[in-house]
Amino acid sequence: MLKFWLLTVAVALGLGVAPAAQAQISDGVVKLGVLTDMSSLYADLSGQGSVIAARLAVEDFGAAKKGMKVEIISADHQNKADVGSGIARQWLDAEKVDAILDTPNSAVALAVNQVVKDKGKAFLVSGAASSDLTGKACSPNTVHWTYDTWALANGTGSAIVKTGGDTWFFLTSDYAFGHALERDTEAVVIKNGGKVLGKVRHPLNTADFSSFLLQAQSSKAKIIGLANAGGDTTNAIKQAAEFGIVKGGQNLAGLLVFITDVHALGLPTAQGLIFTEAFYWDLNDKTRAFAKRFAELDRGIHPTMIHAGVYAATLHYLKAVEALKSDDGTKVIAKMKEMPTDDPLFGKGTIRADGRKLHPMYLFEVKKPSESKAPWDYYKLRATTPADQAFRPIDQGDCPLVKK
Amino acid sequence: MAVSEAPAAVAEPGTVRHQAVVFVLMVAAFAVAPFVVYPVFLMKALCFALFACAFNLLIGYGGLLSFGHAAYLGAAGYLSAHAAKVWGWPPELAILTGTLGAAALGVVIGALAIRRQGIYFAMITLALAQMLYFFFLQAPFTGGEDGIQGVPRGTLLGVIDLRQTLPLYFTVLAIFLAGFLLIYRTIHSPFGQVLKAIRENEPRALSLGYAADQYKLIAFVLSAGLSGLAGSTKAIVFQLASLTDVHWTMSGEVVLMTLLGGLGTVFGPVVGAVIVVTLETYLAQLGAWVTVVQGGIFVVCVLAFRRGVVGELARLLRKPL
Amino acid sequence: MILGIPPQALFGQLLIGLINGAFYAMLSLGLSVIFGLLNIINFTHGAQYMMGAFVAYFLLQYAGLGYWWALLLAPVAVGLLGMLMERFLLKWLYSLDHLYGLLLTFGLGLMIQGLFRNQFGSSGLPYVMPAELTGGRNLGFMVLPNYRAWVVVFSLALCLGTWFVIERTKLGSYLRAATENPALVQAFGINVPRMITLTYGFGVALAAVAGVLAAPIYQVNPLMGADLIIVVFAVVVIGGMGSIIGSVVTGFGLGLIEGLTKVFYPEASNTVIFVIMALVLLVKPAGLFGRAQ
Repeated sequence: MLKFWLLTVAVALGLGVAPAAQAQISDGVVKLGVLTDMSSLYADLSGQGSVIAARLAVEDFGAAKKGMKVEIISADHQNKADVGSGIARQWLDAEKVDAILDTPNSAVALAVNQVVKDKGKAFLVSGAASSDLTGKACSPNTVHWTYDTWALANGTGSAIVKTGGDTWFFLTSDYAFGHALERDTEAVVIKNGGKVLGKVRHPLNTADFSSFLLQAQSSKAKIIGLANAGGDTTNAIKQAAEFGIVKGGQNLAGLLVFITDVHALGLPTAQGLIFTEAFYWDLNDKTRAFAKRFAELDRGIHPTMIHAGVYAATLHYLKAVEALKSDDGTKVIAKMKEMPTDDPLFGKGTIRADGRKLHPMYLFEVKKPSESKAPWDYYKLRATTPADQAFRPIDQGDCPLVKK
Repeated sequence: MAVSEAPAAVAEPGTVRHQAVVFVLMVAAFAVAPFVVYPVFLMKALCFALFACAFNLLIGYGGLLSFGHAAYLGAAGYLSAHAAKVWGWPPELAILTGTLGAAALGVVIGALAIRRQGIYFAMITLALAQMLYFFFLQAPFTGGEDGIQGVPRGTLLGVIDLRQTLPLYFTVLAIFLAGFLLIYRTIHSPFGQVLKAIRENEPRALSLGYAADQYKLIAFVLSAGLSGLAGSTKAIVFQLASLTDVHWTMSGEVVLMTLLGGLGTVFGPVVGAVIVVTLETYLAQLGAWVTVVQGGIFVVCVLAFRRGVVGELARLLRKPL
Repeated sequence: MILGIPPQALFGQLLIGLINGAFYAMLSLGLSVIFGLLNIINFTHGAQYMMGAFVAYFLLQYAGLGYWWALLLAPVAVGLLGMLMERFLLKWLYSLDHLYGLLLTFGLGLMIQGLFRNQFGSSGLPYVMPAELTGGRNLGFMVLPNYRAWVVVFSLALCLGTWFVIERTKLGSYLRAATENPALVQAFGINVPRMITLTYGFGVALAAVAGVLAAPIYQVNPLMGADLIIVVFAVVVIGGMGSIIGSVVTGFGLGLIEGLTKVFYPEASNTVIFVIMALVLLVKPAGLFGRAQ
C-alpha cells in the first residue's frame, strides 16, 4: 500500500516537474511561421519549398524524440509590405508564433524585421537579399542567413570586371532589393576600375522588357547587369535573345540567379551565365542526400540556396532553443550568435554580432547542354570565396549593434 | 441618373429614435469587441468602415460614383506617415495633416470631375487617381514598393500612449465615431436634403435656384477629407504607408464594401466594411479565393441584392437604416 | 542627334511603342464595339484577353495544337463564353443605370482572374514562339524581332477589317441601326437580342485574339489583363466611346506617345495617357472621334 502511494507521488512529482521545465517555452510549443511568396514571381525559388525545408529541419533535429513540440505554419505575403507585416503582426500577437522564417522580397522583410523587433521575437531571414538587414536596419532579433546583395556584388561583380567587363548598364528592379543590389554592385565595379554608363528602373514583375533592353543596347555598355530576380531575370534574359543583344556583343550579368531560374530558361539559353550562390545541391554527399529527400517532397524540384538556408537556420534555431530551454526571441538569437553553426548544407560557420551568418560563397557558371549529364546538373564551380572574405566587413555596415 | 435605389432617409422623429438605438448598439459592440477579438483586426475594420461611410456620402447620397477614391486614402496615409516619421510630429498632428491633404486633393480632383456626369465622372476620377498612383510610385518620399515603414505611433496629445493596444484602439474608435457622426449630421441637414434633391433630379434643383455644382463639390471634398482621416489613422495603426492604398483595386474594394452593406443607408457601409475585412483576413490562407469571393459578391449584389445587407434589412423592418 | 537624343534610341522606342500600340488598339477595338453598339462598359475585357492567352496555352499543352490553331480557336472559345455571360447575366441590367453593368463586369473580371490565379499562380507560364516567326531583322538602329513585326501587321489588318464590316457592310448597318432604335429594327424582323449577344461575343473574341498574340512575348499570366484594362479604357474614352476608328487611331497613337515619353521622360510614360484622358474629358467629353450622346 505504501509502495503504491510512494509510486503515485513520484509519478505526480515527475509529471509536475517536466511541464515546469517546458514552461519556459511559451505555451509549450515552438511555433514557426514560414512567410513567403506562394503565388508570384518568387514562388519557385522560395514558396512551398521553404515550408518543406523547414519541416525537414524539424525532422532532422529530432524534435519528437527530444520531447519538444514544434509546429510549422505558413502564409503568402504576395510581395506586399503591408500584407507581410500584417500577417507577421497577427502571428506574433494573436497566434503565438515564436519565429518567422524565410521572407523573400526585401521590402517585406524590412517591414517584418521592424515588427519582430518591436515584439521581441525571432526572425530568420533566408530569402531576402538587402544587405541593410545587417546594416542600418540590423536588429538583435534577426539573423540573416544564406546571402545578401553585398556578397553577390562582391562575388559576381568583381569576377566580371576582372575578366574585362568594365563598362556596365544596370536594369534594376524598382524596390529595396534592386536598389541595394545596384548600389553594392556599382561600388564594386568602380572599386575595380570599371564605369557605370547608365541605369534604368523597372517595376517588380514586369512582363515586357523591350524598351529597357533597347536603352541598355544604346548605352553600348559591355555588361548589362540584371539587378533583379526570379521571373524578372528570366524574362529579361529571354527577351534579350529576341533583340539580339548578346549577338550584338554585349553580355548579360545575372546578379541573382537561382537554379530554378536556370531550369526555367533551359541550358541552351542560360549556358555561360556566371553568378554567385551560397549553395548548390551537387557540391558534396551531404548536399546530394538532402537534395534527394527534398526533390521527393517537391515534385522533383531541387533545392535552391534559399531552401537550404531555411533548413540550416531552422536547425540552428532549434539547437539554440534546446540549449537555452526557452523560445524568447531576443535570447535565442543571442544564443545563436554564441553557438558556432554546423549543418550538412553549409558546413561549419558562425553568426556575427550584426546578425550576418558567415559561410563560403561560390562562383558558378552554367554548363553547356553537352556538359550536363542529368536533369538539374547545371553548374560548374569556378571559384570559392572563403567565409571571412565573402561578406561585408562588420564595421562598414552602420549597424548600431556593432560597437565601434 | 441615380445609382442608389435605397429609400432616402426621411427626417421623421421615429427615424431618429430608432437610428439612435442602432447607433448605441453599434458603439456598445465596438466597445466590448477588443476584449474578445484581436484588436488590430478591429482597428482595420474601423478604418475601412470610416472609408466606406465617406465613400457612401458621395455615391449613396450624392449619386456620384467615384472610381478613384483610393487616392484620398493613400495620399493621406503617406502624408501622415511622413509627418510622423520624418518630421517627428505627434499623432494628432500627423493625422490632421493627412486629412487636410486629402481634402485639398479632393478640391482639385472634384473641381475637375464635377464638370461631367455619370460614367464620364467616374472615368475622370479613375484617370486622376491613376496619375496620382504613378506619382506616388516615382516620388522618392513614398519609398516606392517599400512604402514608408517604421512609422512611430507616438503619444496622443502628450498623454495617451498609442503604443499600447487598448488606448490605441479606443482612440481609433473615437475617430471613427467622430467621422460617422459628422456624416450623419451632414446627411440629415438641409445641405444633405439639397444634395439628395440634386441626385434625384438635377435640372429641377437648378431651376429652384440651387447651385448644384457647389453642393456636389462640397460633398466631394467632405468625402475625400473623411477618407483621408481613415487613411491617416490606418497609417499610424499599422505603422506603414504603402502603394496598396493608392492602387485602383483599393478603389474597387470600397465600392464593394458600400454596395454589399447598402448604398445610401446610414449603417450599411459599416456592415459592408466589417464583412469584407473579415473575409479578407480569414480567407487569406486560401490565397486568391479572396478575389474570387469579392468578385462573386459584386455579381450577386448587382444582380439580386442591390440594396445590400442593411438595405434589405431596412426594407424588412420598413424603417430607414 | 535629334533633340539631343541619338536617333537609334528614338526610332527604337517609337517602334516598340508602335508594337505596344497594336495591343492597345486591338483591345480598345473590342471595348469600343461593345460600348458603342451595346452601351455596356465591359470591365471583364482584361480577364477575357487573359483567357485568350490561356486557351492558347492549353491548346498547345494538352492538345498539341500550335499557335496558328490558337489564333482561330481561342477567340471562338472565349467568344462563346462571352455570349453565355451576356445571355445569362448582362441582359438583366439593360434597363438599369450603366454603372451597374460596370460593377457586374468588374466583379466577373475579379472572379475569373482570382480563379486562374488560384490554379496557376501569378508568375506566368511559358508559351513557345511559333518557329516561323522567330528571329529578327537588323534595321540598323535596332534589331526588330519578326514576331513583333507580325503583331503590328496582324492587328492593323484586324482593326481595318472590323471597321470595314461595321461601317461598310449590311450587317454592320443593321448593328448600328439596332443600337439607335432597337424597337424599330426589331419591328423590321431583325432579331435584335441575338445581334446583341453576337456583337458582345465578337468584342470578347477580339480581346481573346489579342491574348493569343501576347502569349509568346509576354508571360501567360493570370494578371496580364488587370493593369492593362485601365489603360485600354483611357484609350477608348479618348478615342470616343462609340467610335471604331477613334479607338484604333488612339491605340496606335498612344503607343507612339508612350514610346516618345520613354525616351525623354521615362518616369512619366505610365502617366501620360491619363493626363491626356483628363484633358480630353474636360474639353471634349465625347472623345476625339466620338459623337455626343
